[in-house]
Amino acid sequence: MTAPILELDQVSFAYRGGVPAVSGISFAVEGGRNVGLVGESGAGKTTLLRLLLGLATPSSGRVLFDGAPLDVRDRARMRQFRRSVQTVFQDPYSSLDPRQNVGRIVAEPLRSLGIARGADAAAQVAEALASVGLPADAASRYPHEFSGGQRQRIAIARAIVPGPRLLLADEPVSALDVTTRIQVMDLLAELGRSRGLTVLMVSHDLSVVAALCQRMVVLQGGRVVEQGETTAVLGAPREDYTRRLIDAVPRLPA
Amino acid sequence: MSLLDVTDLSVAAGGVDRVRGLSFSLSADERLGLIGESGSGKSLTALAITGLLPEGLTVRGSVRLDGTEVVGAPERALVPLRGHVASVVFQEPLTSLDPLMRLGSQLAEPLRRHQGLRGAPLRAAVLDALREVSLPEPERIAKAYPHEISGGQRQRVAIAMALACRPKLLIADEPTTALDVTVQAEILDLLDRLVAGRGMALLFISHDLAVVARETSRVLVLRNGEAVEAGPLADLLAAPRHLYTAELVASAAALDAALEVS
Repeated sequence: MTAPILELDQVSFAYRGGVPAVSGISFAVEGGRNVGLVGESGAGKTTLLRLLLGLATPSSGRVLFDGAPLDVRDRARMRQFRRSVQTVFQDPYSSLDPRQNVGRIVAEPLRSLGIARGADAAAQVAEALASVGLPADAASRYPHEFSGGQRQRIAIARAIVPGPRLLLADEPVSALDVTTRIQVMDLLAELGRSRGLTVLMVSHDLSVVAALCQRMVVLQGGRVVEQGETTAVLGAPREDYTRRLIDAVPRLPA
Repeated sequence: MSLLDVTDLSVAAGGVDRVRGLSFSLSADERLGLIGESGSGKSLTALAITGLLPEGLTVRGSVRLDGTEVVGAPERALVPLRGHVASVVFQEPLTSLDPLMRLGSQLAEPLRRHQGLRGAPLRAAVLDALREVSLPEPERIAKAYPHEISGGQRQRVAIAMALACRPKLLIADEPTTALDVTVQAEILDLLDRLVAGRGMALLFISHDLAVVARETSRVLVLRNGEAVEAGPLADLLAAPRHLYTAELVASAAALDAALEVS
């Protein structure tokens, strides 16, 4: 059996002098099985994401990448990690540099990870733009020329260009209009099928998680309340909080 | 006579119409949901109704609020309408709360101005207003500053302030979009209860069809500043006439369906 791509083993973290932001968190992301981290404000979603990206080191517990602990001092392995695990953020307005054209933005991981340059890089950028459904001439244009949904596609193109196995997506569709939201969700599902890309998504939106993730982890106050197969958790929540969360989602009248 | 009559309303910025030829009306105890995505002109419509549009925007057409024409009216003619006739609850409660003032003092201001209350009766009215929006420990909240309470509690205070002068029309512009989902459910229930209890009219603005459905049964769909479809929500869900409405309904239904586990 292959190891999970990313795994948290009894991870706790406290900001300097503060109470623990997350405590005793354990879950694993296996290839081909999207995971949704669900929780409200203060649940510890952002802290977990920082730990998963190696931007913070756990106070206790371990973050495992391909079965071995992540060590920020091991530069060769961190480069391997960055190549395998890429990120998409919530706000496609602040996450793209307005002064760089889209081609340069999308090529950034190729440059910084030393994967490709010149014509080689341009070809890979063109391929990435095509797979997120953007026109070929997008590369020579600038972020402000694109709508919110298109910008999120640009951010996704930048994330997939180095050929990662896992995408960490922080509320990737929350800032988008509902019609655009569905299209970007479809794109993420399609990338899973065509490229074998697994998604670990942080979201407050249960329906987005339900649509995209095979597994879900419910967080509250820095702890895991419940985790399991998404259908099982939604169909038969074991915890009161999970039930309240599900019941609170507004739905169309029948 | 309607409480609110909007006729052929247009709002232009830099020569471009952001709202174009919008007409609808609302009678005293009626509710209407204004649905639209970003750039649809829904918030501009709310601001135009209360005469709060920023400078540089030009308004054409007519907005009659409780018999008074708002378009082109001087500021002094609008002041008596705000709070008494129409009040707005915005998406971000910090928009309407002063960060440097205790919440009790902020809430006391409209009560003093409009109801002439002073001293002990004023203090009692402030606590009553906080209780009415189901805030626990009203004494503590009254002494607190906005940053000392949660987002959901801030929105409750903003609602209390909007209701302080007993308006006939409440305009709620994405009042729960910035809130957690469990808090959103509570605030939607609160608004529903208060509007029904006081017999107010409600103009509920949102991008979220499922949220609008919690508060109103009649809706108007806006896109790029124009009304594309209006009518009972049930009809619109069952048989949308406009392509855009159909897309909106399909998107909301897809998100709903994802949650249905057989």
